[in-house]
Amino acid sequence: MKHIVSIEDLDNKSIMSLLKRARELLPVAEGKKKSDKLKGKILSTCFFEPSTRTRLSFESAMQRLGGSCIGFADPSATSHLKGETLSDAIRMVSGYSDAVVLRHPREGAAKLASEISDVPIINGGDGAGQHPTQTLLDLFTIKEEMGKLENLKVGMIGDLRYGRTVHSLSQALDRFNTELHFISPESLAMPEHVTDELTNNWSTHQDLESVLSELDVLYVTRIQKERFPDVEDYKRVAGAYRINSELLNNAKPKMRILHPLPRVDEISTNVDNTKHAAYFRQAFNGIPVRMALLEKLIGGK
Amino acid sequence: MSDNLLRVQPIRNGTVIDHIKAGRGKKVLDILSLRGSDTTISLLINVQSKIQERKDIIKIEDRELNEIEIEKLALLSPNAIVNIIRNYSVAEKIKIEIPEFISEIVHCPNENCICNNERGVSTNFKLLSEENLHIKCTYCGRKMDEENINFI
Repeated sequence: MKHIVSIEDLDNKSIMSLLKRARELLPVAEGKKKSDKLKGKILSTCFFEPSTRTRLSFESAMQRLGGSCIGFADPSATSHLKGETLSDAIRMVSGYSDAVVLRHPREGAAKLASEISDVPIINGGDGAGQHPTQTLLDLFTIKEEMGKLENLKVGMIGDLRYGRTVHSLSQALDRFNTELHFISPESLAMPEHVTDELTNNWSTHQDLESVLSELDVLYVTRIQKERFPDVEDYKRVAGAYRINSELLNNAKPKMRILHPLPRVDEISTNVDNTKHAAYFRQAFNGIPVRMALLEKLIGGK
Repeated sequence: MSDNLLRVQPIRNGTVIDHIKAGRGKKVLDILSLRGSDTTISLLINVQSKIQERKDIIKIEDRELNEIEIEKLALLSPNAIVNIIRNYSVAEKIKIEIPEFISEIVHCPNENCICNNERGVSTNFKLLSEENLHIKCTYCGRKMDEENINFI
């Protein structure tokens, strides 16, 4: 394993071994135990578009392992605006560090970087394309919450058409025999290029009530206002897919709700204190998962 | 001497592209930028063939196809055969194949793909299946088939 451009770069065995290592690293991620595994190593975080959560969690993960970080949080401070190509920027930065996290607004940017860089490239999100560390932390969260990844019934609700996290996660979960239920208005349905590749049973639903009681996991995504030309349409659709604690009376007691965050009002705050809410733990899980990945890529272990 | 040869005279030097999928000949001319060149070109459409039912044939005088042109041809008409003619006889017979990776000759339709937005980067597609010419951009992952391929 040299670069992580897409979740497809990892087979099931590698995924399971990363998740296992992430679990072992939990005390270090929480600051209860010290590690100097990556002491003297430098991680570059190159963010050609802002993403505070992804950047900070990578920097925290690197520093928890004793390493240090250089980089930029937004391209306005770089030569990018002077017209420098991504390829030139990567050639430079790969000489300054032991691995590079790249976030870029264009699809395929991380793949291009991986063809040029001598040090490992980690895709921190490329346009509407891939965001493999998000998928890994989603998988880790499901495994930690449910005790397993195999043979679960997972519902995905919200904007399934444009949400890249649910595309990659569907394809990854399918590899673990998950039964997927897609809940969305027709205009935001899961695209065919994703469902065409699924090998297990899956189904679509217009409303959550019809399927909620069967689910082990409900993955919620935000419905973005800008997808709707008509504000009234947006309000109607967004209102119909809102989760609140009353609705959850029909759910299995062990059902868990995940959300990549930030949320707006698709999950009511009265869900936060129920046993179903796993999304804040999910956000924290970005740290141990990214630590496991950095160890593997930089530490050569 | 068969009818086919009588219709158009043999050429002395150049290229004969035989067994082009019937109806594709015109498109091949377009893609290979052969229109407007000053060499003599003959296009035969819907010729009766022994191997396939109907085929198109193109004869280009005094010009041999290069590798990139042959690759483009492979995408347009996978079963075509390229005959390089020197002094009235076939000097070389090239059975064309669709390569596993197709670079520089097909546009990626995704405007936000890095290959459409970075100087010095060529497009690159992986062949997924020869049937319908199913290909995938190695950068953004966009998939296409025969119907929506645009050549550069």
